[in-house]
Order: sequence, then C-alpha cells, then structure tokens
Amino acid sequence: MLNLDAIQQRILAEVADLHEVPAGAYNFRVNSKLAGRHTTANIDIISKDNGSGIDIFIKPNTKNESVHIPVVVSATGIKETVYNDFFIGDNCDVVIVAGCGIDNCGSHDAEHDGIHRFYVGKNSKVKYVEKHYGSGDGTGKRILNPVTEVYMEEGSSMEMEMEQIKGVDSTDRMTIAELKDDARLVVKERLMTHGTQFAKSGYQVNLNGKNSTADVVSRSVARDTSNQTFNARITGNAPCSGHTECDSIIMDEGKILAIPSLEANNVDAMLVHEAAIGKIAGDQLIKLMTLGLTEAEAEEQIINGFLR
Amino acid sequence: MLELKNISFTVGEDAERKTIIRDLSLTIENGKFVVITGPNGSGKSTLARIIMGIEQPCEGKILFDGQDITALNITERAKLGISFALQQPVRFKGIRVHDLMQIAAGKKLSINDACDYLSEVGLCARDYIDREINSSLSGGELKRIEIATLLARKTKLSVFDEPEAGIDLWSFQNLIRIFENMRNEIKDSSIVIISHQERILNIADEIVLLVNGKIKKTGTAEKILPELVGTSAAVDACERLK
Repeated sequence: MLNLDAIQQRILAEVADLHEVPAGAYNFRVNSKLAGRHTTANIDIISKDNGSGIDIFIKPNTKNESVHIPVVVSATGIKETVYNDFFIGDNCDVVIVAGCGIDNCGSHDAEHDGIHRFYVGKNSKVKYVEKHYGSGDGTGKRILNPVTEVYMEEGSSMEMEMEQIKGVDSTDRMTIAELKDDARLVVKERLMTHGTQFAKSGYQVNLNGKNSTADVVSRSVARDTSNQTFNARITGNAPCSGHTECDSIIMDEGKILAIPSLEANNVDAMLVHEAAIGKIAGDQLIKLMTLGLTEAEAEEQIINGFLR
Repeated sequence: MLELKNISFTVGEDAERKTIIRDLSLTIENGKFVVITGPNGSGKSTLARIIMGIEQPCEGKILFDGQDITALNITERAKLGISFALQQPVRFKGIRVHDLMQIAAGKKLSINDACDYLSEVGLCARDYIDREINSSLSGGELKRIEIATLLARKTKLSVFDEPEAGIDLWSFQNLIRIFENMRNEIKDSSIVIISHQERILNIADEIVLLVNGKIKKTGTAEKILPELVGTSAAVDACERLK
C-alpha cells in the first residue's frame, strides 16, 4: 500500500486529481523510489533492467482501462532522468495519466526529466493527460524537462492534454510525433508562468501517412517577468492536414516568443498555423466589472477561462 | 433615481480638445423608461458610459439614490445597482455562456435558472449554455446574451446602448416585451436606452433628445416623437437599410 506524507498527497491531488489509490493500473514514483504499483490482466508494468524507468505493456483490444503513473519529488537536491515506454497494442481505447509535482523547500534544485515514448498500435485510441506542478518556498529551483515521443500506427488516434499552471521554475519540453496513414493527433497545451520562470515548449510533428491529421493548440499566459518560447513545427510528407495555433496573453513584464512553422513536402499537404499574443482586452475587463467583479477578479476569470 | 448635474466631458488636449458633453443635467426618476436619442456623434454612448463609470466626466456630479457616485469606479457602481449592456458585446475565449450568466447573477445558477433568462432573449439554453462566448457566436447571439446578463443582474438601473442593433425583426417585439417585463418585475427600477429606433422611442415614458452634447428637448413620447419622426433621431427599421 501507499505510504505518503501530507505534502506528497497534496502534490498527487494536484498532478493526477488523485485523492486515493486509483482503479486500474498504476505506478507511483516518490523521491526516485517506487512507492506503489498495480497491474491488471491487460496492463503490465515492468521496471527496466538498468533501473532507468518503466515499460508499460497494454494488450491488444484493451478497452476502457486506465494507467496512472504520477511522480512526486518532495526532497530537495534530487535530479533524475526517467524513461517510461508505453507499448499500446492494436484496437485499444485507454486513458493514461502522467504528471509530476515537485515540492522543494530546500536550497538545492530539484529536477525531474521524464522521457515518455508511446508506441500506439493500429486503430488504438489513447487519451494522455499530463500535469506539472511545483510548490515549496525554498530557494532551490523546481525544474521539469519532459520529452515526449509518439509513434502512431495506421488509424490510431491520440489526444494529449498537457498542463503546467503553477510553480515550475524552469521547463524545456519537447514533443515529437510520427504519424502513419489515417492517424490523428490532437494536442491541447496550457501553460502559465509567473515570477522569473522560464518555459520553452517545442513540437515536431511529422505527418508521414496518407490522411494523417494533427492539431496542436497551445494557450499560455506569461505574468510578472517570466519568459516563454513556443516553437511548433508540423511537417507534411503525405496528403495530410495539420494545424497549429499558439494563443498567448502577456501581462506585466512577461516576454513571449512564438515560432509556429510549417513544412510541406507533398503537394496535397494542407497546413495552417496561427499565432496571437496580446494583453487582456480592456473591454473584457470593463464588461466583467459592469457585472460587479473587481478588476483583479475580472482578470482571474478571463485567465481561468482562457486556460480552460 | 439617477441625477446628472452639470456634466461635461472632453477628449484630447489643447488645440485638439473636443467637447463631447456640455454642462448636461438630467434626472431619471424611479420606475421610468427613458430613451436617449439624437443624431450620430451627439454624445449618447458617451453619456451612457459616464453613467456606468467607464468614462469619468471632467466636470459635474452624478447622484444615485441621493448618493454621490461621481468618484466611484465601475465595480462599485455595479454593486450599487447599475448595469450596462454594451453596444458591441465582448467576446471571451474559454468563458462559457453559463459562466457569464453566473457572474452576472452573482451566484450559482442551475441550467433551469439560466434557461429562464436565455429563453427570454429567444435562445434555447440547451444549445447555448456550454457555448464559449467566442467568435463562434454571431453578433446577434452575443447581443441577446448581453441582454440576458442584465436580466440576471436584476438591478435598479439598467442602461442599454443600442440594444436593437444586430437583432432581427422577429426579436424586436420580444425586446420591447423584455423591457416592459423588467420594469414590472423590479420595484422602482428604471431603464435607460440609447436608441434612435422609432419603435423603441414609441414605448418610452420620456424621450431625451441630445444634440452636440446638450439636451435639446425632453418630454413624453406623445410630445416629442412627432417632431422627431423622419429625422435621424427616429428612424424606422427599414430606413436604416436604405
């Protein structure tokens, strides 16, 4: 059974919406150690021989099952790189919840770099939810540098929700996807930085198969003196369609660099990109204030809605 | 009761200075339905924005139920019981119709409660409650949602800036019915509408004709309207399409 202290439980609730042990398969990693694991008839979790991470095997035709693999770092000075590989058989329909929370009350940096690789079988449907969260009032930085690789077989689909709203000092994330015929990728990224935080998010999506589609949408808010870079590239190597959108609210003395880019190597590749950066519109604040909210409350409602 | 006393409002500086409202005084009695009309550029919208606190007058005083509210900001006036429907409603990414209705009502609203307000403005709650107030909504839909937020607020003074703009003819009759219901439902409530639609002027208790930032005439609809018909201060719906 799990034996977590109050801080660890709180982080778990933040990153995985977990208040108790979840149904289905799970693997909890707390301060670089295995804290709990459960497998099911269809989902197996095996530690890698060299101790660098885990392999998750999902049998073909597994439907309506979930895997939770949250990570909690609550000790200062930890620096770890973890490799988690997901092998998802054909015709599955599964939900995968990952997430990492760091609580750093100490003076040393705490860093977790998760490298997730997904091999999605033919006609499988995967929903992937990843939340990053930081807390703690120490001077040590909270650092998360995730790499996500997605390899999608014919007819598969993957929906990724990636959220980092609070408390992560520095993040440099990269997502790479390779899509075969009729594969479909939807990415919804939500990012908010404050204080002196830095966040970089990059995407390289390769539409290699006929009728493959990708939709990469990022919404972000940069407050205080924080700094963000969004760099998304969609490459169309076949008759395919791709769309990337980066929509940002800039506040205070924040800085945002948006670099959406497209590469077409096939005459039937249809690719679109959009990017917009702007402060909160004055008339939005006015409207909510006429409904009785203060300016600060209005701002909060606008940002909450935007990052929904 | 709302009292505007010697209100002036100017924009620009020095040689560029332009007076929008000049030494204007006006009283909106409780329970009254007042339509402010006038040609384009006469200062109607500015006056509405001054009442809500969006613009600050450079001279004059505003009293609401006897309290001096000249120095109060938008939020404070909203909390005292003034609400305002914008001429051009605002879009919000991610905020849903249900969220906005709840903010307006100042409390949680069930789907049924929200339905009461939305059906009043001719929208089916089931279709709209979870819609984002973004560019997927048409100008007419936004305008109706804007009016629904005022229905949910139930304030003593409601100011509408050209509520009929962008609303089709079918809902025009409903719009008038909405104003009448509002008056009946909220005790001592008054409604101020900025409009030059003859049909709205027709149902006013009082018409205020604004020209060049000054009140040129004021009086009952029976008295004022015959003089206005045919001028740009009172046009019928089709006239605007010509």
